[in-house]
Amino acid sequence: MKILVCISKTPDTTAKIAFTDNNTKFTVDGVQWIINPYDEWYALVRAIELKEADPSTVIHLVTVGTADCDPIIRKALALGGDEAFRVNADSQDSFYIASQIAEIAKKGTYHLVFTGKETIDYNGSSIGGMVAELLDLPYVSLATKFTLEGTNAIIVREIEGGEETNKVLLPLVVSCQKGMAEQRIPNMKGIMGARSKALHAVEPVAVDTLTAVSSFELPPAKAGVKLVSPDNPEELVRLLHEEAKAI
Amino acid sequence: MSVLIFLDQSEGHIKKSSIEAASYAAKVAELTGTTAEAIVLGTVSDDLATLGNYGIKKVHTVKNEALDHVDAQVFTKIIADAAIAFDAKVIIFSNNFNGKAIAPRLSVRLKAGLVSGAVALPDLSNARPSDRAGTDGDDPVGRGFTVKKNVFSGKAFAHITVTTDIKIIALNPNSYSVVTTDSKAEVAEFAATVDTAKVQVTSTNKVVGEIPLSEAEIVVSGGRGLKGPENWAMVTDLAKLIGAATACSRPVADSDWRPHHEHVGQTGLAIAPNLYIAIGISGAIQHLAGVNRSKVIVVINKDPEAPFFKAADYGIVGDAFEVMPKFIEAVKKLKGA
Ligand SMILES: Cc1cc2nc3c(=O)[nH]c(=O)nc-3n(C[C@H](O)[C@H](O)[C@H](O)COP(=O)(O)OP(=O)(O)OC[C@H]3O[C@@H](n4cnc5c(N)ncnc54)[C@H](O)[C@@H]3O)c2cc1C
Ligand SMILES: Nc1ncnc2c1ncn2[C@@H]1O[C@H](COP(=O)(O)O)[C@@H](O)[C@H]1O
Repeated sequence: MKILVCISKTPDTTAKIAFTDNNTKFTVDGVQWIINPYDEWYALVRAIELKEADPSTVIHLVTVGTADCDPIIRKALALGGDEAFRVNADSQDSFYIASQIAEIAKKGTYHLVFTGKETIDYNGSSIGGMVAELLDLPYVSLATKFTLEGTNAIIVREIEGGEETNKVLLPLVVSCQKGMAEQRIPNMKGIMGARSKALHAVEPVAVDTLTAVSSFELPPAKAGVKLVSPDNPEELVRLLHEEAKAI
Repeated sequence: MSVLIFLDQSEGHIKKSSIEAASYAAKVAELTGTTAEAIVLGTVSDDLATLGNYGIKKVHTVKNEALDHVDAQVFTKIIADAAIAFDAKVIIFSNNFNGKAIAPRLSVRLKAGLVSGAVALPDLSNARPSDRAGTDGDDPVGRGFTVKKNVFSGKAFAHITVTTDIKIIALNPNSYSVVTTDSKAEVAEFAATVDTAKVQVTSTNKVVGEIPLSEAEIVVSGGRGLKGPENWAMVTDLAKLIGAATACSRPVADSDWRPHHEHVGQTGLAIAPNLYIAIGISGAIQHLAGVNRSKVIVVINKDPEAPFFKAADYGIVGDAFEVMPKFIEAVKKLKGA
């Protein structure tokens, strides 16, 4: 079994969001970078669990990004990836990134490609579906459980107001979210071992982009909270009805 | 030319988020000087002619039971064929779970730039003439079809320019107000090739009769401050009274006090209801990431220093166990219940 896990780099969840250069660039000063939580906690850890159940499993990682992604790739290797590919490109639009991932996927003939549900900075929820279409493979999005049954994957996925169980013949692409696995912390052995694991920097293939970020904008600041006395919740109901017209 | 909207249905009914997207599509058609047409797949029981009320001129159906389950691969192919057949220049989805599964595939298939999580109408002020109403000709230089989307988990917006001839927009639920007129849409069957799905659906488990959290206009949410699942009546009773869906913070779902699909935030569902009522939730930044796009936020927390108050519009500093019974009584009075 060969699994390809897509790992992206995102600002820490508590990072201050600000922009420079006339609101065209994200301010990176002081930002701590992490593995996108969905990629780490769910996609990668579930892949590691599959390897623990079947030690012949091989886990490859792919990241589209410049050399400043290496620390988070090393962390993913420390958690349990076997080998990593970094496509040396400034990640541009989703189609560009997906095309680079698909290139790596085609070369490695994987049984499974795992992505996170979404990146917490771009919130695209797009890369998984795009990779699947580029590879002409089935795509199961928002998976909360994943098991193997011979050459089939049995997947529980979230649908509006409930869940659905799917059975799909491998290979396929899966986007992973909460439920798939539990967060892990790399141990010393993993961290030491990661240093000698292969991290290949490969050059990107030439691909068009379909979109571009023109500018960013911060939401308007809230006017401030209107506090109501705890002895008078009736007043809050009145405000919500008459002023906010929300109930 | 047309603007094509994919109407997502559940149990034969068009989803509310798709109605919003239909109304949005009609407006995009007006801005680009063309008409809005819709496609709906599978067995539908709603009267589709009524979609005219949202500005849709024509609804194309593919009545085939095999399409009652959404398969992204099969759906993508049909929608791509339809887009080509109807010369669609803009294709619109609701950015709901099915939209997230289909739109990216379609983007690749048609080589059409996708903006997912759109929150406003496209800005065509720099568009090339062929993208705008009342003009023709093709000037590939002056590109500028720009759509505002949610980024950084609700903490910012980005303006994304789509540089391809065909554009795909996946509109976030609850971000566009439906406009109605009095009109009827023409309904016609689209002759589609329906492939066999490679994904087999072996079972579905839907909570029936409840408002799906992603579509709810009002959400009542509880956190660890409620002490335990036995105290949830204050959340569920209030929700029932005001027609709200229920949600919770992550530790609440992690402790199995509430089901996982109620978990909102950075690692749960991101929602944008008109009203979000948070009871006993501290308002950690990761929680806010999922709810900060709510139009009105009400916080009930006994700690005046709780960070949530900074993001709130209305609040009560007080013990939920004392405040909520009175609050619920007052709502009952208002609702005449
Ligand atoms: C990477 C990452 C991702 C995360 N993702 C999410 C996410 O998606 N969603 C999420 O919710 N969290 C998430 N978290 C966790 C988050 O940081 C907080 O720990 C969590 O939101 C706290 O939940 P809470 O407010 O219910 O509990 P607490 O922080 O324990 O707050 C309980 C609140 O209740 C108040 N209270 C207590 N008793 C009463 C009473 N009687 N009446 C009124 N108020 C009372 C307290 O004053 C307190 O403010 C994430 C954390 C990390 C690190
Ligand atoms: N630059 C990247 N390199 C590798 N994988 C990525 C990259 N960007 C996104 N992904 C993967 O695609 C998923 C969805 O991303 P997005 O479509 O941006 O929300 C992420 O959770 C990652 O698993």
